[in-house]
Amino acid sequence: MKQFIGKRAIASAVSLVGLVILVFFLSRLTGDPTDLYLPIDASQEMRDQFRELNGFNDPLIVQFGRYVADLARLDFGQSIREARPAIDVVLQGFSWTLSLAAITMTLVTIAAIVIGSLAAFNVGGVFDRITTFFSLIGASAPDFWIAIVAIVIFAVNLHWLPTSGTGTPWHWVLPVAVLFIRPFGLILQVVRGSMITALSSAYVKTAKAKGVRSRPIIFVHGLRNGMLPVITVIGDQAAGILNGAVVVETIFGFPGIGKLMIDSILQRDFAVVLAAIMVSALAIFIMNLLIDLAYALLDPRIRY
Amino acid sequence: MADHLLEVRDLSVEFHTAAGTVKAVQGVNWHLDRGETLAILGESGSGKSVSASAVMNLIDMPPGKITSGQILLDGKDMLKMTAEQRRQINGKRIAMIFQDPLAHLNPVYTVGWQIAEIMTTHGTPGAEAKARALALLKRVGLPEPEVAMGKYPHQFSGGQRQRLMIAMAMACKPDILIADEPTTALDVTVQAQILALMEELQHETGMGLLLITHDLGVVAEIADRVVVMNGGRIVEEGGAAEVYRNPKHPYTKKLIDAAPGKGAMPEERDRSAQPLLKVENLQLSYGAFKALKGASFNIMPGETVAVVGESGSGKSTLARAILRLEEPDGGRALYNGKDLVTMGARELYGLRRDIQMVFQDPTQSLNPRMTVFQLISEAWVIHPDILPKREWKERVGELLVKVGLSREMAQRYPHQFSGGQRQRIAIARALAMEPKLIICDEAVSALDVSIQAQVIALLEGLRREFDLSYLFIAHDLPVVKDFADRVIVMKSGQIVEEGTVRQVFENPAQPYTRALLAASLDPDPEVQARRRAERKEALPA
Repeated sequence: MKQFIGKRAIASAVSLVGLVILVFFLSRLTGDPTDLYLPIDASQEMRDQFRELNGFNDPLIVQFGRYVADLARLDFGQSIREARPAIDVVLQGFSWTLSLAAITMTLVTIAAIVIGSLAAFNVGGVFDRITTFFSLIGASAPDFWIAIVAIVIFAVNLHWLPTSGTGTPWHWVLPVAVLFIRPFGLILQVVRGSMITALSSAYVKTAKAKGVRSRPIIFVHGLRNGMLPVITVIGDQAAGILNGAVVVETIFGFPGIGKLMIDSILQRDFAVVLAAIMVSALAIFIMNLLIDLAYALLDPRIRY
Repeated sequence: MADHLLEVRDLSVEFHTAAGTVKAVQGVNWHLDRGETLAILGESGSGKSVSASAVMNLIDMPPGKITSGQILLDGKDMLKMTAEQRRQINGKRIAMIFQDPLAHLNPVYTVGWQIAEIMTTHGTPGAEAKARALALLKRVGLPEPEVAMGKYPHQFSGGQRQRLMIAMAMACKPDILIADEPTTALDVTVQAQILALMEELQHETGMGLLLITHDLGVVAEIADRVVVMNGGRIVEEGGAAEVYRNPKHPYTKKLIDAAPGKGAMPEERDRSAQPLLKVENLQLSYGAFKALKGASFNIMPGETVAVVGESGSGKSTLARAILRLEEPDGGRALYNGKDLVTMGARELYGLRRDIQMVFQDPTQSLNPRMTVFQLISEAWVIHPDILPKREWKERVGELLVKVGLSREMAQRYPHQFSGGQRQRIAIARALAMEPKLIICDEAVSALDVSIQAQVIALLEGLRREFDLSYLFIAHDLPVVKDFADRVIVMKSGQIVEEGTVRQVFENPAQPYTRALLAASLDPDPEVQARRRAERKEALPA
């Protein structure tokens, strides 16, 4: 087990190094941020000073060497935009996104598993048909459209919920609801399919012959077996939100890492972009590890 | 008239499918009393399992529908009971075990939990259920029952898993045990042990035992009465010995005639010529595990050499090592004097067409997306020198006729055939290469008895026509007795005995061979009764 985690960590570290190199040089290709930060009428002297201060005058390879050396001391550099350590900016945004992802995915998982399992128990029944219909709509709905329509209806017309920002629990309702729809539709379909297979299996036949009641047949015998493919999709969807629910965060003015990354790229705030990429890469690595561990926990045949 | 323990009266079940209505059983009547063993005998598709599934309320409705009849438990019609009443009977009064216990045990829960579950479901407190589960594991003879409680199904062998299923079924001391092909996938010695265990438990508890099987040998071993089914109807019933000695219905006669093990054993051939295949000290390991510990034998041209042994004995590994589907670690396999083991890739490629293989499961060994024509002619795509392309169509037709199919079938796909027909296609595909040696790895094991007899007759006919040799890997001794010239007995990766069929079957030299022969089941209940007596001496409990 320890060996497995170690191997995974090394493999992930290698890809992270590649990613950092790639992003460092690619982002420098977008040009010099000086003009974005200084007023149009700034003097040449001021411009030179800004470049000197931020090290943009040195050759790229020297800039990269300095960046790596700083990184070794866990210094991710300064955010030009906010004039404070880039890592602080990123962690602040990440904590918002992490909360958003955790709340959304918890709701999605519970709802999809319960509804999908019940639909699978009576395939072709009324309940099954209704859930299939709505889950297909959910899985294929464009989130930017839903987000805007939801704002128009619930915030602008009905005045029930705030349009954007954070502050009260009400501010969370629309972003969570919009982010919920697509993963819910998708995971519901996977749960349903996987549970249909599990519930038609030979061990469920044995359970029926033992006289086991319907509910434990579904949620004890079927579900634990049916969860294996579901976990992969849950992890994938959660990673999608963690990586930045860019559209939803932007529309709702939600200060998460997705919005932060877009803003930093537009403003060429290189240190923040790089720190954000490293933090989300680490989050996704941990996430994948958790999925693998969940696999082993659910299925005794899987051992690392 | 006193009620029977369980009685099925005039039961008819239909299945509504896209292809139309299938009448699975029609007007079936049978009954079971305390302490007796009733066997329902039939081939696949005969409907032999359907009435038992109806008893257990395991038929999915829809697509299934019970169109007529009653199922009386102590005189009360179960079909008129509520689902909840039926559920309370399942496991408590009537328990069931199945073929393939690995699939029928839940892979993600410990066996201790699964056995305890049947008792807690029916009201036993958790701690008591656990204690009883442990006692049951001891009773069915699992080694280290305390450790076994916490293990998962995949950590046991096939025979142990069936013991677990039996322990689970016996947990609530049911009045009736239904066993659906309980020993079909097991080795002969394990089969004998499992049947003996079921019989012992029946004596202890006085339960009625309903056994569903395709195997006349199992009927001869354990059944008091037998019901023979064909095409969804009961064609004959009576005492097991009586039905075997005096079958009245033509189908029963056909079934008994088809049962293997009655053929005349051939005389010793002249083996002085150069052998077609000479295997010397062939070895193969999987990591540290030595699957094959040095096997040596010869196959003469036109000879059938059978390899018998239990699962894990290395019989399939032997075949794979000869064909170099797995690389041997040492030894030689001389085909017409040339060593296959050290041969270069190019030469081996040329020689592979001389040695063909037919596998156990034709459903898996035939690509489902290829037509029969494509499947058979693929050989000529790979080896273009065998036959020019314009003759392919004609030759495929000839081969299909040769294996007992018709020319028109060339355009069909594998799923449009029955299991026996698919195996014929697999044989036609092997013949397309014009081989000298065909390796059959359990090639008839999955087939029904009457189909099995036909395929064996086909192989025998082809041998004479083309002077083929066979390496015939099988676990079923009666089939080997009918078909083979020589027998190799394998155990734990080694050949423990080799000789002509007559030597091995009539004068086995090794205790292991004797145990194997004693455990194999004869379709004749009288022979079987004698064998049981011998077995009790040979295998002391």
